[in-house]
Amino acid sequence: MKYTGGHLNEEQLLDYRYGDLAEAKATVEEHLHQCANCRASYESLESVLAMVEALPVADPGPHFEARMWNKIAPKLQRPRFDWSALTAWMSPKRLIAFGTVAALIVVAFFAGRISLKQNNVTPAAPQVADNANANAPGQVRERILLVAVGDHLDRAQSVLLEISNAEPGSKQNSEVDISAQQERAQEMLVSNRFYRQTAEHSGDNAVASVLDELEPVLLEIAHSPSKVSSSELEELQRGIESRGLMLKIRVLDSTVRNKEKPTTQHSATRGS
Amino acid sequence: MIRMDVGDAENVALALGGDQDAFRVLVERHSRTLFRLAHRMTGNEQDAEEVVQEAMLRAYRRLDKFEARSNFGTWLYRIAVNCSLDLMRKRRPEKTQRQLAKGDESEMQDPLDTAISNEPGPDRLALSGELGEQVRVAMLALSPVERTAFVMRHFEGNSIEEIGETLGLGAGATKNSVFRAVQKLRQHLGPLVGQS
Repeated sequence: MKYTGGHLNEEQLLDYRYGDLAEAKATVEEHLHQCANCRASYESLESVLAMVEALPVADPGPHFEARMWNKIAPKLQRPRFDWSALTAWMSPKRLIAFGTVAALIVVAFFAGRISLKQNNVTPAAPQVADNANANAPGQVRERILLVAVGDHLDRAQSVLLEISNAEPGSKQNSEVDISAQQERAQEMLVSNRFYRQTAEHSGDNAVASVLDELEPVLLEIAHSPSKVSSSELEELQRGIESRGLMLKIRVLDSTVRNKEKPTTQHSATRGS
Repeated sequence: MIRMDVGDAENVALALGGDQDAFRVLVERHSRTLFRLAHRMTGNEQDAEEVVQEAMLRAYRRLDKFEARSNFGTWLYRIAVNCSLDLMRKRRPEKTQRQLAKGDESEMQDPLDTAISNEPGPDRLALSGELGEQVRVAMLALSPVERTAFVMRHFEGNSIEEIGETLGLGAGATKNSVFRAVQKLRQHLGPLVGQS
């Protein structure tokens, strides 16, 4: 944030405190000298920071390094399964995501059974094999994941498109409200991580790579102010543009949708 | 044989070749610095030790990804920041956030706060008891990203770009995280100014 004179807002005071207004240092100091309000605000900021600074850092003791090595060394020799990491990984949000996928698999399974009964299908031997292939748990799961990833990419495209097309308003009010996009980006972060990790585990590098690139952009949108200045908006837009993310997502989305099609067509043929 | 006289890059190369003594030198050389950082971020000694341990293990597993021309200390520092973030996210149940926001008396019974308030020790007497507790609570009320950004900015003197790079955030979002952290600290601690 630049300073061109006048009263200093909180952000400018903080910039000055951390030396980010170096080019206007003399002007700021002169203003602080003259303006009692700004000076009081700056002194209050300094006092609060001084209080935080006074919090002591614990001394881990003289044998800390040796103690640390004794803890680490056995784990370097014999890698074991880390249950604590698994527990940490299974956060409530991840469990919800897993639960959703599991529920979808169960629904898909029963929907398939009901559909077979309604059509009075008495499958001949080759058809049994066919059905077995189509309903194999792996395929069902893959299909559901494809649908879920496709929907996720659609949502991502819509958020990125809205940010890319956003324009600052008039000169007086050049801020842009991105709170709606921010909320959606925040929600999508967990599912993005889940789909990326699933894709990595199943060796689907194309999906994993695009989701990996999408993650920092979602993170940045989620952590931006809800009202961004035109320069902050441009920064977000540059982040999206420089990675060619829109195109990559569009291409991947189309690939994912195409993967979904053969199984859908296949089911339709069987049903007729 | 301990190779304390050898530089980090050489020790990394030796460790990659299976020399655990070389990695031991790196652990002994950098543990204390990481502990200080982790203590600032997590707010208690046990968690800080856990962070150092996890950061060292992560570094060992990823040693082959370390580029020799980079600074090992900086690389390790970033790993430790991310370990601290992971731990803070794990340790920050919604309940704690609600209690901290309310300033509820019962918040002191939360395991997180109990861990912090236990064993005062001589190092914690620098800030008078009640005031020190208020500062600790104010720090804990920050979100993990805000606390990380603030610690890196204020205590470690990192630039906005360096913090953004570590957190995977752009300059605007990073700056905003530091700003939000300071605003929250001012809200909590502003009324206490003058009592210290």
